Amino acid sequence: MSEKNGNNASNSLRLKTGLAEMLKGGVIMDVTDARQAEIAERAGATAVMALERVPAQIRAEGGVARMASPRMIQKIMDTVNIPVMAKCRIGHFAEAQVLEALGVDYIDESEVLTPADELHHVDKHAFKVPFVCGARDLGEALRRIAEGAAMIRTKGEAGTGDVVHAVKHMRQIVKDMRQLTVMGEEELYAQAKELRAPYELVRMVAKTGKLPVPNFSAGGIATPADAALMRQLGAEAVFVGSGIFMGDKSRCEECSNGEHRYDRGCALAQPEVAEARAKAIVRATTHFDDPKVLLETSREVSGAMKGLAVAGLPDADMLQKRGW
Amino acid sequence: MVETSPTIGVLAIQGDYDAHARRLEESGARAVLVRKPEQLDSLDGIVIPGGESSTMLKFLERDGFLEKLTEFVRVKPSFGTCAGAILLAKNVENPAQKSLAAIDMTVKRNAYGRQIDSHIHEVTSKLSGGPLEMVFIRAPKISATGAGVDVLAEDGDEPVLVRQGKTMAATFHPELSEDKRVHEEFVRMVREHL
Repeated sequence: MSEKNGNNASNSLRLKTGLAEMLKGGVIMDVTDARQAEIAERAGATAVMALERVPAQIRAEGGVARMASPRMIQKIMDTVNIPVMAKCRIGHFAEAQVLEALGVDYIDESEVLTPADELHHVDKHAFKVPFVCGARDLGEALRRIAEGAAMIRTKGEAGTGDVVHAVKHMRQIVKDMRQLTVMGEEELYAQAKELRAPYELVRMVAKTGKLPVPNFSAGGIATPADAALMRQLGAEAVFVGSGIFMGDKSRCEECSNGEHRYDRGCALAQPEVAEARAKAIVRATTHFDDPKVLLETSREVSGAMKGLAVAGLPDADMLQKRGW
Repeated sequence: MVETSPTIGVLAIQGDYDAHARRLEESGARAVLVRKPEQLDSLDGIVIPGGESSTMLKFLERDGFLEKLTEFVRVKPSFGTCAGAILLAKNVENPAQKSLAAIDMTVKRNAYGRQIDSHIHEVTSKLSGGPLEMVFIRAPKISATGAGVDVLAEDGDEPVLVRQGKTMAATFHPELSEDKRVHEEFVRMVREHL
């Protein structure tokens, strides 16, 4: 079909950002099996992110975090009708090739997994499947867009349930963009160097005041009010990772073989609790500017993941520092 | 005759509602983002955007929104793209789900496959001004249409732009193209119905 599709670079980017457009105003949820994916879809998620362990589990268990097993991702793709995303390691273009061949709808080149390259990110123009990448400031966002990312999300600090750095990164990106809009033409060249980003993209942002691709938020969103906060700060949609399915323990104590003993030290929230949280966050994301609905959604949830305060994390444990 | 600016709502539960609002404003309408059923009372027409039809349905199934919107599209002009076309169809397959049943057609969700099968190409239509660029993203397929449905464009032998009375549906995304003809056509339909 490629001839009649007009398979050029600009059409390719429009199709990639086009799917991100369809996800705006919605919630993309991390899921680790088909059962969680069903819960997410039932709760109104616009997409799911298939991964082996949610960030909170990766933090607790340690080890090298890699792309999820294609068998598991396939099961999730077979289970839900909404788009399915999956993560590859930073710079691991072979994992990305595997995910593209599998047919996932979006790839997240993610700092949550252990990086595979300390210098280079994946050349995302080389793929037909769209990519989302994390960013902490405008320079990082534009470097990823230059490499072909079709969606940007704040990095925040994944797996903590602490929204503080999602807020920090969103505010930083918005502030960086606002600064560009009041700069003179000649200042933009110097600012491009300062941002370590291509001049053409810097100039584009200076003109429009926004990123050339959709701008979503991730990294520590755990409650309906967190989701509404990020939307009010400018996020066009939110990713919720550990916040939906995690309980108040960081690892299972008496659970095995996928049988979870919710009454005795389980890391996961009970499915009914997770579903109620997921529904409430979906509703809060749409009605982000309506405090009455936010109150209702906040009442609908019982508790949130225990979480980790980011301020107490040692530098070496900060996932957001991964990415160059 | 002075042309009036009709007020057209864009269902803004989630999806590419901003892109639609922009095109409607460029086509001479006043666009309003709609998130609550009571907002329907002040509108001359409505657009249901692309996005995830299953997510939109979750919201419509609360607070009598679905009933109110079903009644609205029965009496006022409506236009749906992709997920919006699914919601306006009489029958939905893959899987079956509730809808507003405003157009006598059957729509199959995700009929072209996954994102990797999304595509852009030009198709001849009944709108004047030459072929239309069409952006298909995880698009549904119209698998059957009733006798009262006017097919405005076909891709191969599949209908991709259809109209029945005051309701129009596209399986592609005119809101993601620079060409404004489809939105202008809908604004014209709304004006005619004022």
